[in-house]
Amino acid sequence: MPEKVEKNRDGLIIKQDDTPLKMQVEVNEVKYEGDYRTTPVFIFHDWCKKCGICVAFCPTEALGRKLDGSPYVKNPEKCIHCETCDRLCPDFAITGAKR
Amino acid sequence: MKKIPQKEIHKYLRHNKKFPHVWCPGCSDGIILGATIRAVAEIGWEKDDCAMVSGIGCSSRMPVYVDFNTAHTLHGRALAYATGIKMAKPRLNVIVVTGDGDASAIGGNHLIHACRRNINLTVICINNNIYGMTGGQYSPTTPHGAKASTMPFGNIDNDFDLCKLTIGAGATFVARTTAYHATEMQSIIKAGFEHNGFAFIEVMAACPVIYGRWNKKGDAPAMMKEMKDQYIPLSVFDKLAPDEKMEKSPRGILKAVLEPEYSERYAELVKSLQSREGEKV
Repeated sequence: MPEKVEKNRDGLIIKQDDTPLKMQVEVNEVKYEGDYRTTPVFIFHDWCKKCGICVAFCPTEALGRKLDGSPYVKNPEKCIHCETCDRLCPDFAITGAKR
Repeated sequence: MKKIPQKEIHKYLRHNKKFPHVWCPGCSDGIILGATIRAVAEIGWEKDDCAMVSGIGCSSRMPVYVDFNTAHTLHGRALAYATGIKMAKPRLNVIVVTGDGDASAIGGNHLIHACRRNINLTVICINNNIYGMTGGQYSPTTPHGAKASTMPFGNIDNDFDLCKLTIGAGATFVARTTAYHATEMQSIIKAGFEHNGFAFIEVMAACPVIYGRWNKKGDAPAMMKEMKDQYIPLSVFDKLAPDEKMEKSPRGILKAVLEPEYSERYAELVKSLQSREGEKV
């Protein structure tokens, strides 16, 4: 059976098979959680407006997007601390600087 | 260009104001605020050395969030207030933040006469091609054919090129940059701050919620990618054929010359008149 591909409101592609609910849980799952001192990219979710700029312009695809559009650290080992997300975030809600 | 991390920026923000700020998701105004603060931090100005003045509009909410000497003034009259501040206290570094409608429509006369006068101000004009705050009316910089709430079938006016306007009016520093090129924006704003004379910096901004929706431009990253393709460096732009130049626009420092500055000339005049005290004029 071919997989159905759908786009949600934020343009995120969700692959759906017979069990869409399970897929949703997998996409929503945050693989990496860290505190301010240890995480390569720190996201301050209280100020984030989920515009998607940091995920779109990350040069090494270290960031990913959850189903609701908010960013999370998808590949923490790929971050090169270029601070592109720092400069392009309109809400001062993310930092990729070395700590 | 010096890397300024995010925590340095928080020293310049007013944390007693309500954050997150009022701008829509994906609005470029926050990026420009960040670049402005980074430029100030790179030069090393204290908070009390700066004065930020604005008119009315989305972009003019910017002075609310920074901890400088700030003034949020009448629609279009930011340059008039800023001229007064600079004349009264020439030691202040006066930054004027205006939108495209604020600077070119309501305050158009103030803009050209401030350019002619060559007073030491830095004007950051955030051009998002529409009046965002008041509901999406078309502005003097809305491109020909683009839609807005008061032009639902496409704009029939021609648009202003603000850089050509200010070069023609006699500004001594004119530059254009975009919200996508945030690193370049920081260095251009810094060069504008260090310039002794009237500096006009046009920053092209994305308005994904009002302008983007009317013209089906997509979300904020899509609008910023489009910006990246359209605005090319001045050296590359000069080599293009005339028919290719119609689609592209130049960015970078378009004009930088040194001319006598207004508040210094005024101080000289005052000094020379004080030395003639007692004479009959």
